Amino acid sequence: MDLTKKFGTLTAVDNLTLHVNDGEIFGLLGPNGAGKTTTVRMLCCLISKTSGSGKIGNYDIGNKEDSLKIRKIIGLVSDNVGLSENLTAYDNLDFFAKIYDCPQTQRKQNIQRFLEMLGLWEKRNVLAGTFSKGMKQKLAIARALIHEPQVIFMDEPTANLDPEASKTVRDFILQLKKEKKTIFLNTHNLDEAQRICDKVAIMNTRLRAIGTPQELERSVSGRKTVIGLEQEANDVVLRALNKLALKNLVSEGNTITFDVEDPDKENSPVVEAIVQAGGHVRSINVVGSTLEDTYLKLVRK
Amino acid sequence: MRLSKAWIIAARDFKIFRRVKNVWYSIIIFPVVVSVLFPAILEYLTIRGNHGLAAPSVLPNLLTSFSFFLVIGAAYVPLGIASYSIVGEKVEKSLEPLLATPLTDGEILLGKAISAVIPTLVAMYTAAVVFMVGIDAATFNTLGYYYFPNWNIATLLLVLMPVAIVMSVLFSVIVSSRVNDVRSANSFGIFILFPLLGIYLLSETSIITLDVNTLLIISGILLAIDVVLFFVSTKTFRREEILTKWK
Ligand SMILES: Nc1ncnc2c1ncn2[C@@H]1O[C@H](COP(=O)(O)OP(=O)(O)OP(=O)(O)O)[C@@H](O)[C@H]1O
Ligand SMILES: [Mg+2]
Repeated sequence: MDLTKKFGTLTAVDNLTLHVNDGEIFGLLGPNGAGKTTTVRMLCCLISKTSGSGKIGNYDIGNKEDSLKIRKIIGLVSDNVGLSENLTAYDNLDFFAKIYDCPQTQRKQNIQRFLEMLGLWEKRNVLAGTFSKGMKQKLAIARALIHEPQVIFMDEPTANLDPEASKTVRDFILQLKKEKKTIFLNTHNLDEAQRICDKVAIMNTRLRAIGTPQELERSVSGRKTVIGLEQEANDVVLRALNKLALKNLVSEGNTITFDVEDPDKENSPVVEAIVQAGGHVRSINVVGSTLEDTYLKLVRK
Repeated sequence: MRLSKAWIIAARDFKIFRRVKNVWYSIIIFPVVVSVLFPAILEYLTIRGNHGLAAPSVLPNLLTSFSFFLVIGAAYVPLGIASYSIVGEKVEKSLEPLLATPLTDGEILLGKAISAVIPTLVAMYTAAVVFMVGIDAATFNTLGYYYFPNWNIATLLLVLMPVAIVMSVLFSVIVSSRVNDVRSANSFGIFILFPLLGIYLLSETSIITLDVNTLLIISGILLAIDVVLFFVSTKTFRREEILTKWK
């Protein structure tokens, strides 16, 4: 609630108010320097807030005693993998599991389970420093989960990954959702947010928008109709179209686009008008605005 | 503050150190040099019958000055270990995930301190034993009695050495927070040796005598420095500082 962080005179996060439900995948979107990492660090009680308040479960992020409790129930995949390069994959995980007081048998089971899920079990005795970026990222994710936290923060977990590795990570996140975990995901990847998030927020120091990906897509402008013609629209056709008072009518090359609210009703008069004016319609499509449209518009504001 | 938690960190650091050559070098070189070289010098002098330097009358003074090198070694060894273990984590950026766990800042700092102190104690006490045996062997004929052990070396090893190690570890923590590579951490860390080298020179030139009382006074001064360094380092080693100010 109204979370604010200032570094000297620079305000990195300004009066941010968010609510994430249990079991949700929440995506925080924003350009470089928007304050996403800063937000996550405040929520994980790694850095203090300048003002405002925040809660993870019933614990208060400003409270010193609560912050230890918060750190017990969260897992963080930070924006740098931060592995101990001179330790094996297994030892990296074992170390973290010990910090969380996991009993030995459970420690072994969890390490094996996560390494197998992420396809690293065969490499368990290899030094983490020799791993590829994707493998390191996966190992960092396993490390954040080793104590089975209820809430997982991931700061750009798929940055630097090839498409296949990104997909593994995304599928894995969806798998975590099935296990009723709450996931707070920072990302620049709009496509990714659209695909896996239940709710997204767009921020650039301040919160610009929050809602389901569908809600945000619709929020900027509705859908558009794109009509493909045999040839470029001539004056007769354009005059006929102008009479219909269409919103944001654009004629570009062989296509005509305009905003549409109810395509079923609005499109047929337009097609009729074109045909009557002597135009030949080749195709007709309705396209939605994308999350990208919304994002770009809000971020540039 | 839970010692068990700090120990988990120290145990992991030991595992890491095993694979890092530079840490081995800093643990081994200085202790070997002190414990082998000094007895060898004396052995050489006695064989040559050079009674100017190794005469029974001046020998005890010389030996005390030599033994002070064990303290200098104790301050030198942790520099290499602590700066590797902290700057190394900085380079790997592995502190942030660690800070996101339910460890307190104090536990992490203590873990880092333990991982530097224990190898140093092991190395320096081993070196001290070798040194004493070597010196006794080299000087028995001249002196007619075994010079070590004595109260002097006991004070030096059991009182002065621990406070010197702590001083060096804390200084390394502070230096490591401000530099980005192990080498510069080491070169800045060396500054902490200057006061000790000064004391060595004063004793070598017989301006001061390193008797038990003097050693205790020196220990007291170092302890005071330890306290100051402790406050500075706990201020430096705080989550927020580490994540936002450490470069
Ligand atoms: N330690 C710091 N000291 C001063 N300013 C900082 C510090 N950390 C972050 N900032 C500033 O705060 C702002 C937000 O940074 P933050 O890292 O939270 O952005 P981000 O959204 O995570 O960006 P990216 O997508 O590049 O990771 C930036 O302008 C940054 O320069
Ligand atoms: Mg970031």
